[in-house]
Amino acid sequence: MSQQGVIEIADLTKMYSDFVAVDKLNLRIDEGEVFGFLGPNGAGKTTTILMLLGLTEPTSGTARVCGYNPTREPLKVKRIAGYLPEKLGFYNDLTARQNLSYIAELNGLKKEDASRKIDELLDIVGLSEVADQKVGQFSHGMQQRLGIADVMIKDPKVAFFDEPTAGIDPEGIEQILAILANMAKKKITVVLSSHQLHQVQRVCTRVGILAKGRLVAEGSIDHLGRDAIGGGKFRIEVQVSPPTDKLINAIKNIEGVAKLESSGDLLLVSCDGDLRPQIARTVVDSDSLLVQMKIEEYGLEQIYMKYFREA
Amino acid sequence: MSGLMTVFRKELADHFSGWRFMIVFLLIYAAGLSALWIASQYIRSEVTDTSKFIFLKLFAISGGGLESLLFFMALLIPVVGIVLGFDAINNERASGNLSRLLSQPLYRDSVINGKFLAGLVTLAVLVLSLVAVIAGLGLRMIGVPPTAEEVLRLFAFIFLSIISGAFWMSLAVLFSVLFKQVATSALASLGLWLFLLLFLFFGIAQFIAGQNLEIAVMLNRMSPIFLYQEAVRMILLPTTMTGFGVYPAELFYPLSFGQSLLLVWPQIVSLIALTALCFAISYIKFMREEIRAT
Repeated sequence: MSQQGVIEIADLTKMYSDFVAVDKLNLRIDEGEVFGFLGPNGAGKTTTILMLLGLTEPTSGTARVCGYNPTREPLKVKRIAGYLPEKLGFYNDLTARQNLSYIAELNGLKKEDASRKIDELLDIVGLSEVADQKVGQFSHGMQQRLGIADVMIKDPKVAFFDEPTAGIDPEGIEQILAILANMAKKKITVVLSSHQLHQVQRVCTRVGILAKGRLVAEGSIDHLGRDAIGGGKFRIEVQVSPPTDKLINAIKNIEGVAKLESSGDLLLVSCDGDLRPQIARTVVDSDSLLVQMKIEEYGLEQIYMKYFREA
Repeated sequence: MSGLMTVFRKELADHFSGWRFMIVFLLIYAAGLSALWIASQYIRSEVTDTSKFIFLKLFAISGGGLESLLFFMALLIPVVGIVLGFDAINNERASGNLSRLLSQPLYRDSVINGKFLAGLVTLAVLVLSLVAVIAGLGLRMIGVPPTAEEVLRLFAFIFLSIISGAFWMSLAVLFSVLFKQVATSALASLGLWLFLLLFLFFGIAQFIAGQNLEIAVMLNRMSPIFLYQEAVRMILLPTTMTGFGVYPAELFYPLSFGQSLLLVWPQIVSLIALTALCFAISYIKFMREEIRAT
C-alpha cells in the first residue's frame, strides 16, 4: 500500500470566520474502498467533500485526489470525480435523458458515445422506462437514482455521495445501496456521508467519524467496535451447562484470555484474539456441555453513540 | 473555453423553448404591430412632398393619443432584458442544479458567460426580427423603399435596442447573483425599472431642477431608459431637433448619419459601460462565491 492513495488529506482545515468547520483532518482512502463519513449535522462532512472537489477552498492543509490538488487543478479533479450533492436538483423541464446528455456534453463525451452510455446507465439505475419523461414529474427517489447515473456518466475514479439515502423509502434505499456496492466492485472509490448508520454499516468497508470538524475515529467497523466498546478486545459469550469453577479456571488459563466474568451459566470472555476454537475445545474436554457461543459484534450505533458521548 | 459553448447552447435552447420567451415574444410583437398600425393611419398627414426619411417615420409616428414604436421599445426593452436574466443564477442554486453543474469539468465563468451570451443572442433575435417584420409590412403599406441612410439608421436603432436590453439583462443577472430568492431578484429589477420609468413619466427631474433645463436633462440622463430614448430619437428622427433643447440650435437639421452617431456616442458608451459594470460585478461575485449545497 505504499503507492499513492486515491484520496490523501493532510491537516486539512476550513474556517468560516471564527467557526472551525473542519479541523486538521488527516485521512487516506485507497482505490476501491467504500468510505463512510459519519457524524451529526454540521460536523464538517459536506465541507470536507466540497474541499476535495475544489468547490470550497481550504483555509490550510492540503488535499489530493488521485494526485491532483483540487484547489489548483479543479478541472482535473472534476474530470475524474463525480459528486452527488445533498440537495440534488435537475432541470425540471428537461427529460431524464436530456439532463444526462447535458452533463455528458460538459464532460466532453461524443454524441453517440453519450447516448449509448446514457441508455446503459438509465438501465442500471432502473429508469429506462421514464427516460423521456420530464424530471419535474420524478419522485425524490427517482431523482436520487438519476443523480447516481449523473455521477457515473463521466466514468469517475472516485465518487462522492452526500447523504445519498436521506428521505428515501426503504425500497429505494435498497436499490441505491446495491448500486453503490456495485460501483465499488468496478474499482470506483466511493466516499459517502451519512448519519443513517445501518446503511453505512452495510456498504462501507471503512468509516470515519467526524465530530465538530475533527476525525475522532477511523477504521473498519468491527475494528472500531473493538476499540470503542471492548477496549480493544474481542468479547466472546459462552453458555455452558453446568458452569463449574474448574471450567472457569481452565478457560482463564487459555493463552490470550484477559478477563472472564460469569453470571449464571453465561461466561463473558474478553480476549486478545478470536479464541472461539480454543474455548470450545476446553469446554468439550471438561465435564460441562457447550450450549452456545458467540462473538460479540459491534453495531455502528453503539460505536457512534460512544464517540459522541466523548466528543 | 471549456464548457462555454455547451452552456450557451443549452441556455439558448431553454430560452427558445420556454413559455417565458413566448410571452415576451407576443408582448413585443403586439406592441410593435399596433404601433405600425397607428403609424400607417397617421403617416399621410405627416408626410409632405419635401419630406425626408419617410420610411423611418414608420417607427416614430404616434397619433390619436396612441404611442409610437419608439415609445413601446423604450418601455418594453427593459422588461425583455429583465425576463431573460432575473433568475439566471439563483434559480440554478435554488433548484439544486448549481453544485451539480459546478462539479463538472468546466470553468465556473463558463456558466455565467454562457448564460449571458445566450440571453444576448435571444435578445438580438427578438429585436432584429421585430424590426425586420415592421420594415417588411411597412414597406407594403406605404410603398416607399428605405434609402441607404435609413437602413443604416435602422441598424443603429437595432444596435441601441440590443445594448439597452443587454444593460437590463446584466442588471437582472447581477440581482440574481446577489439575491438567493428568485422572487426577490425579479422584484428588485422590476422595481428599479418602474422607478426609473415613473421618474421619467412624471417629469420628476424637471420638478427638482425647476427652470434649469440642463440640470433636468442631467438628472434624467442618470436613467438608462432616458439614455436609450434620447439616443433612438436622435437616430430615427434626424429631421427634428430633439435632445430636449440642450443641443445647439444652429446645427443644420437634418444631420448626416455620421453626425447623428457622433451626437449619440456618449449615450452608446454609457449604456455599454453600465452593462459592463453590472456584468463585471456579478462575474466577480459569482466567481468568489462559496458553493454550498444548502
